[in-house]
Amino acid sequence: MDTGVVSLKENNEMTENGQSSKPLKMRCRDVSVFYAEKQALFDVDLDINQKQVTALIGPSGCGKSTFLRCLNRMNDTIDICRVEGSIHLDDMDVYDPDIDVVELRARVGMVFQKPNPFPKSIFENVAYGPKIHGLVSGKRDLEEVVVTSLKKAGLFEEVKDRLHEPGTGLSGGQQQRLCIARAIAVSPEVILMDEPCSALDPIATARVEELIDELRENYTIVIVTHSMQQAARVSQRTAMFHLGVLVEVDDTDTIFTNPSDEKTQAYITGRYG
Amino acid sequence: MTSYLLICLIGVVFIAFWAGRTKAVKLAGSELAALHSRPDYHGLYTVILTAFPALLLIPVWNFFASRIIEGALKREFADHVNGLGLPQLQAFLRDVNAIVDGGIASNRDEVHVLAAQYLSKLNGTSDWLLTSFVLLLMAAGFFHAYRQISVQNRSRHVVEKTIRWIVLVCSVVAIFTTIGIVLSLIFESVRFFGKVPLLDFLFGLHWSPQSAFEGAGAEALADDNSKIFGAIPLFLGTFLVTIIAMAVAGPIGLMAAIYLSDYASSRFRAIAKPLLEILAGIPTVVYGFFAALTVAPAIRGWGESFGLSVSSESALAAGLVMGIMIIPFVSSLSDDVINAVPQSLRDGSAGLGATKSETIRKVVLPAALPGIVAAMMLAISRAIGETMIVFMAAGTAANLTINPLEAVTTVTVQIVTLLVGDQEFDSAKTLAAFALGLVLFFITLVLNIIALRVVQKYREQYD
Repeated sequence: MDTGVVSLKENNEMTENGQSSKPLKMRCRDVSVFYAEKQALFDVDLDINQKQVTALIGPSGCGKSTFLRCLNRMNDTIDICRVEGSIHLDDMDVYDPDIDVVELRARVGMVFQKPNPFPKSIFENVAYGPKIHGLVSGKRDLEEVVVTSLKKAGLFEEVKDRLHEPGTGLSGGQQQRLCIARAIAVSPEVILMDEPCSALDPIATARVEELIDELRENYTIVIVTHSMQQAARVSQRTAMFHLGVLVEVDDTDTIFTNPSDEKTQAYITGRYG
Repeated sequence: MTSYLLICLIGVVFIAFWAGRTKAVKLAGSELAALHSRPDYHGLYTVILTAFPALLLIPVWNFFASRIIEGALKREFADHVNGLGLPQLQAFLRDVNAIVDGGIASNRDEVHVLAAQYLSKLNGTSDWLLTSFVLLLMAAGFFHAYRQISVQNRSRHVVEKTIRWIVLVCSVVAIFTTIGIVLSLIFESVRFFGKVPLLDFLFGLHWSPQSAFEGAGAEALADDNSKIFGAIPLFLGTFLVTIIAMAVAGPIGLMAAIYLSDYASSRFRAIAKPLLEILAGIPTVVYGFFAALTVAPAIRGWGESFGLSVSSESALAAGLVMGIMIIPFVSSLSDDVINAVPQSLRDGSAGLGATKSETIRKVVLPAALPGIVAAMMLAISRAIGETMIVFMAAGTAANLTINPLEAVTTVTVQIVTLLVGDQEFDSAKTLAAFALGLVLFFITLVLNIIALRVVQKYREQYD
């Protein structure tokens, strides 16, 4: 089974702008987003490094979720939404009209704010992606992918006896990990997470955060979060958005200890947001 | 008389409301909040105590008075009445009533005129008694209520309780009507099955009730009767037409719903959905002549160009047009349930790289299945119950066939043909209509139960 993620060039360190020691995975330049006439994002330049967790923070309505949804063209589903600028995944131009969105989304998976397991069994939920992309041949192959994905999402032990029960019967935290397993099953290179813990209790949140930390070894992760602590705990780099503008991006340690922008400072210390 | 009373009652209601309310406001003075109930409740309280006893009295009085008066009339004219059989007695009473009301009486001899005079006297007495009782009750109720109104009076509770009773009575009316209809079906069917054995009816292959032999010598021919009331051809015809209709309405309706909910722009949807629902507003008679005059000849023309023999009234024509008719039932309900599937599921599927049609087939439709099944069942019930289109386009010949190009007939159409025209009401022919109705009722009931089960089963799994 090709997970597409076991890179041999683990230690291929590359320094860019003196900020990072990881190679580049996604490159965004001058990204602007419009909803009909209203501009929601203004010329965002952001690099996302491989096998790191990048956190997008900022007050509500600052455009961080909009930006996240640009990365796998989920905004396409909104009729009035228009995206300008360029986003590259490795060498692939994400907004090239010729590229196949299906292939893009297979490479850039997504986990949503509210756990949204399909009304199918746990097994079928995870098998969904591999089936539609034809990643597996035969039943045993499929079972292997499902089990591996559930294991990677840290859910297998809890559900191994009831794989054929509905995924909607799980607890909220388990559902969210099921959604992560579902995303992993397609062997994406990048996983986008839109406030994955906002609907979960603290214990389930801790479990998912732990999982994110483990997944970092094999996947590039971009996470939108409202929780400063969460950004500090799980991410290596943090990007601060405000009113559709990328205010500041830096190593998480730097952002939280020595932010260069006043607004970041104010937001992190809880003075507004 | 009663109608004047009712008009009077309406006037009294307004006065009572105003009086009760005014008194409550006056009592409260500047401290409206001190009232236990709002002033409007005191007004309604007065209305309830004034009008309700009177309203109850009127129907009860009319029910008993008419019987008592009839009894008195029979006693007064015992000499004339005693020799009469039941039909003659009924004719006598009918004529007397007709003379009183100024209608057409077949017999105006002396006895009848005298009886009419006596009857109108009794009626007049009854009306005056009723009027005075009603007025008394209203006055008593009003003054009692008016005296009761005080700052602490719990008018709100009385009003709430009354409302509770009103809604209870309404729901009971609906339930009892249903029970009554079912019981009448059952009783008449039992009479029918006294003439024609149940098994012969349910499994008989031959239906030609027009040749049923009635009157003298019917006993000797009872065996023949049981052979011409075989309902299988009707149910087969119903089944055939319903299948054709659902084969049209099911896929088209469902796919139209999918287009409307997931593909169409909101502007198109806003125009197309009401337009589609207009289809449901076209009277079935209009569909009927569309089927009989346009579709059936067209099908016949096509069929003959292929060398098939098509009768000018065919199950196919009726089924196709009925299918068109029930498209909006399927599409409108399915559209609602498909829309109710959360956007997050669609996003989740799209986020995994599924295309739109994959998402719809594998996520949206399974999630919406219970509602879609319910919509289909409703459409099937509608198709089974539909009469006019089949009557006009499929004919009335009870052929035992599953060939959609031949004329068939359905249960509902036969019920109509059995009951129209001059019939004795207790002949096997008319009673057969009740038996057919009963069986049809059972079939739709079973279908509904199956639909409910399906919905419940999947709901457990999906919610």
